[in-house]
Amino acid sequence: MCDTCGCNITKGNRDLIRSGGKHAITSEGNEAVEVLQNLLHENNHRAAHNREHFDKHQVLAINLMSSPGSGKTALLEATIDALNADHNNTNDKLSIAVIEGDLETENDARRIRDKNIPAIQITTGSACHLDAYMVHDALHELNLNDLDIVFIENVGNLVCPASFDLGHHLNVTLLSVTEGDDKPAKYPVMFRGSDLTLITKVDLLPYLDDFDASKAEENIRNLANPAPIVQISARKNTESEGIKEWLDWLKHQIKHYKTHLEQGETVLPMIQKDRLHSSSHPHEH
Amino acid sequence: MHELSICQSIIEQVTEISRQNNAQSVTKIILQIGPLSGVEAPLLERAFPIASTGSIAQNAILETQILPIKIHCNLCGNENKADISKLICSACGAWQTSLISGDEMLLKSVELEKFEEASHV
Repeated sequence: MCDTCGCNITKGNRDLIRSGGKHAITSEGNEAVEVLQNLLHENNHRAAHNREHFDKHQVLAINLMSSPGSGKTALLEATIDALNADHNNTNDKLSIAVIEGDLETENDARRIRDKNIPAIQITTGSACHLDAYMVHDALHELNLNDLDIVFIENVGNLVCPASFDLGHHLNVTLLSVTEGDDKPAKYPVMFRGSDLTLITKVDLLPYLDDFDASKAEENIRNLANPAPIVQISARKNTESEGIKEWLDWLKHQIKHYKTHLEQGETVLPMIQKDRLHSSSHPHEH
Repeated sequence: MHELSICQSIIEQVTEISRQNNAQSVTKIILQIGPLSGVEAPLLERAFPIASTGSIAQNAILETQILPIKIHCNLCGNENKADISKLICSACGAWQTSLISGDEMLLKSVELEKFEEASHV
């Protein structure tokens, strides 16, 4: 959103600006100023800087969102184990770090550090979401050299995190089978914006008679979301094709990201790209 | 409930615009909100007096314009209004649609009371 380059003037609002000028006078004699700026302008500005920082180090940043207890940290633990096992087969081991967001406690960061993976804990106090400023502060404590992916585990919440750009590249949303297959219909803003939906805890499916994965998928497609949906279990000793699909997706995304970087471009979450179509400006700065 | 932090962001932006325009107060703030933005207009309106107290906008009227959800069908080209949890084409039933509007969270405009030309501050 520039004040200087005129990028916020579009077909939709050009007339307003031409007819009265950018500064029109109201009937009360006050001056009306057209702004057309995102309400989270400051946050988005900071997010763009975070993204530049990630891009400079060629680190893909993934925002993990879901309700509390749907298995975000368990997914990360299983991912670390799977990457270690994967390393025995191939030589290109992915190197990751985690930024944890919770209202209180270091518990989640400790779980990740126990697996010898760097983890920065953000405690938000009473805030129900992470914002770009919090992630910026966490980045000061995290060495991005030699990393491939930073996972940002957002505060467990299906509402507020969806509105805040953190400077990440992709949104991954978890839906655990105990939550119900209608969650995407109930929380459309969150599920519309996911670049991948993981249906988690699928090892529990035999015990549930009210979760239908095809209904969950239908509810996600009803939000015009074309992104893949993967069923996954983070439990040890369960045969999960999902973990393999998840790792394949991550590797594909890293490749896709690096191709974009080579062309001098970054990668934006699907939802941000969508906003660029419907809102009034082609870039945030 | 993140509407308070959004209100604080609005106040910061409005304060900066007032400073640039040498205004003594803000009389009106107009927002455009789409249902898919994740921002609830009634909650914003309730949080606004708390966030604006002591600021240049503390007596300002907050007006929120709700924009409709409109989609374009990527398969048949139809355009229609849609429900927040059903962004599907009303003509052919496809879910392969793109959003035209409905996710806005914009500070549209502000009205400012300027200092009198002759007055000295």
